[in-house]
Amino acid sequence: MQSLEDIKAKIKDALPGLDCVIGWERGWSPLHGTPLFMRSPEDVDRLTWGPFNVGNPATYLTGFKGKKVGVVVKGCDSRSVVQLLQEKLVKREDVVVFGMPCEGVVDLTKVARKVGDIALVNAAVRAGGTLSVTTPEGMVEIPWEEVAADKCLSCQYPNALVSDHFAGEPLPPAMGRDPAAEQLAALEAMAPAELFAHWAKVMERCIRCYACRNACPMCVCRDHCIAQTRDPHWLTQEDSTREKLMFQMIHALHLAGRCTECGECQRSCPVDIPILALRRKLNAVVKDLFDYQAGVDPQAVPPLFTFQVEEAKINERGW
Amino acid sequence: METAKFLPESSLEAWLAELASSGELIVPRREGDAVVFGPYDPNVPLELSRDATAPPKSVVFPACEELLRYTYVKDAEDISKTGMSVEEVTPACGAVVFGARPCGARGFTVYDRVFDAEGMRDPYYAARRAATAFVTLACREAGSACFCHWVGSGPADPQGSDVLLTPVPGGYVAEAVTEKGAALLASPLMAPAGKHAGEAKAVRAKAMESLDTAQDVSPAREALLAAFDDMDFWNRMSAKCISCGACTYLCPTCYCFNITDEAQGNGGTRLRSWDNCMSFQFTLEASGHNPRPTKAHRLKNRVGHKFSYYPGIHGGVVACCGCGRCIRSCPAGVDIREIVLAAMERATAKPQE
Repeated sequence: MQSLEDIKAKIKDALPGLDCVIGWERGWSPLHGTPLFMRSPEDVDRLTWGPFNVGNPATYLTGFKGKKVGVVVKGCDSRSVVQLLQEKLVKREDVVVFGMPCEGVVDLTKVARKVGDIALVNAAVRAGGTLSVTTPEGMVEIPWEEVAADKCLSCQYPNALVSDHFAGEPLPPAMGRDPAAEQLAALEAMAPAELFAHWAKVMERCIRCYACRNACPMCVCRDHCIAQTRDPHWLTQEDSTREKLMFQMIHALHLAGRCTECGECQRSCPVDIPILALRRKLNAVVKDLFDYQAGVDPQAVPPLFTFQVEEAKINERGW
Repeated sequence: METAKFLPESSLEAWLAELASSGELIVPRREGDAVVFGPYDPNVPLELSRDATAPPKSVVFPACEELLRYTYVKDAEDISKTGMSVEEVTPACGAVVFGARPCGARGFTVYDRVFDAEGMRDPYYAARRAATAFVTLACREAGSACFCHWVGSGPADPQGSDVLLTPVPGGYVAEAVTEKGAALLASPLMAPAGKHAGEAKAVRAKAMESLDTAQDVSPAREALLAAFDDMDFWNRMSAKCISCGACTYLCPTCYCFNITDEAQGNGGTRLRSWDNCMSFQFTLEASGHNPRPTKAHRLKNRVGHKFSYYPGIHGGVVACCGCGRCIRSCPAGVDIREIVLAAMERATAKPQE
């Protein structure tokens, strides 16, 4: 791929001035891309681009405070970079952004639904509208829209929203269906008791590992998260469904108006709890109240970073 | 084994019903898109086609358990004095765990040396362990994250199992590994293994063949100690780690815990819950000092504990069962095999350090 070679050349040029450049390389299976921290030209040669570059490298940026780093981004990842810039968690002069047009990434949970144990997959190739996956039982050809991440089907930002180096022809927004909206509509149609029962049921299998938190590019408290504080001991260590759901509520509220819906929380959940819907709901509320979408405009001020005595859409004295 | 039996596929449900009728039966079930262990329910389909995301360790070592309950009691004679009444909580015991892979059960042999050794017996763990039986299912095929053969195990390793099942055409060959297991095979549903014993052998041989060449990880013990102060090495190894606890919580051999008093009004409970070395609080001292301030220090501990420190005090036994869950479920794709091999390679490259 020419654009991959172009971006590699640009990274090699920039490397001497940077601590590292974060991208992806092939992981432990043909379906798994894994973060790559490029520090030498040989590292850059391992850079990959394509449907298996699933993780969001922006998650690592706040860990490099005070250093200059580069980051290779998909359009959705660039929204996290924008949001981090807006919140002044990352300085623009400290990050060099490399972008390429993104044709979507795979949702491994969906692949597992089609082929079973993805640890047995020994080859995986995307060619246009098809993902071909080979297991010991043979090759399965799956239409791309059945295994693409939900966010990719209706992606409005396939090209980086902010970039210092961009290689390739920009792509138009995706025009597919929006499974996220469908899921949200289904949840909103539930009666409160039914909705609560739904969340209680799915949270039963949560192992409180906090992968959802640590994978989130906007979860920046990290080592000082309320969930594990000792003094005061805000949250009990009980593993009841109630406590697990409580943590998810805290997580979701801390992301109101900040979440860029990259989906890392849900993707990282080892037991596949569909927690992204909680963030989507709050984002929908923020969009409705403040007409604000996180991570699309580096100049915008997130609604929870401002205060107005009279909010246009909040009727404070009306009740 | 002489005592091998055959359980036809058609009798599996009947056997599970039989096991469930005499006590708690825990099986791998599909919940959403995950496979997790839970109580047997004929209405919830079993999932035996792939290894469970979470191992069955909580059956013996719960994610959270009450150790005791306490209440502050005012002295009726002198209200300036407060006493305390403490009630010990005895664990409810006894379960049969069906359908774990051998690696998931073998993990407990790592726990036993810590929690159930002479002079160091954890009564909660020991009670549960003694009352739990594991009926495991040998693997037909190795996955690309599996490395049980690196740590002295294999797809049909009986260590830690009470009954080992091998899938063969039409059913399972069942072999008792322990007396506890032999009792479970007394069921009238079990037929003599006959020709199926040979089929089981073939299945196992094929599974062994599907594994790659085993690496000798015994040099890791010294190599990891030699790399202890090389923070440049650990920073590189941990770069993509996001320092969550998924690897440890899903690990059949990770056993670290935290103890917290959960107070409510005049009393409370003392809980023991899973902790993990990826967490900042894990080594946070009361002074505020933390000897493992970064994710690099923490991942060093995880790898070092399994492949160096534990083997160092337990006769060379590696505290890893090679199930690969830490690799498969890592959100960032951290591969513990790469780290162990890199440490060994580093030691060979710089032997004089």
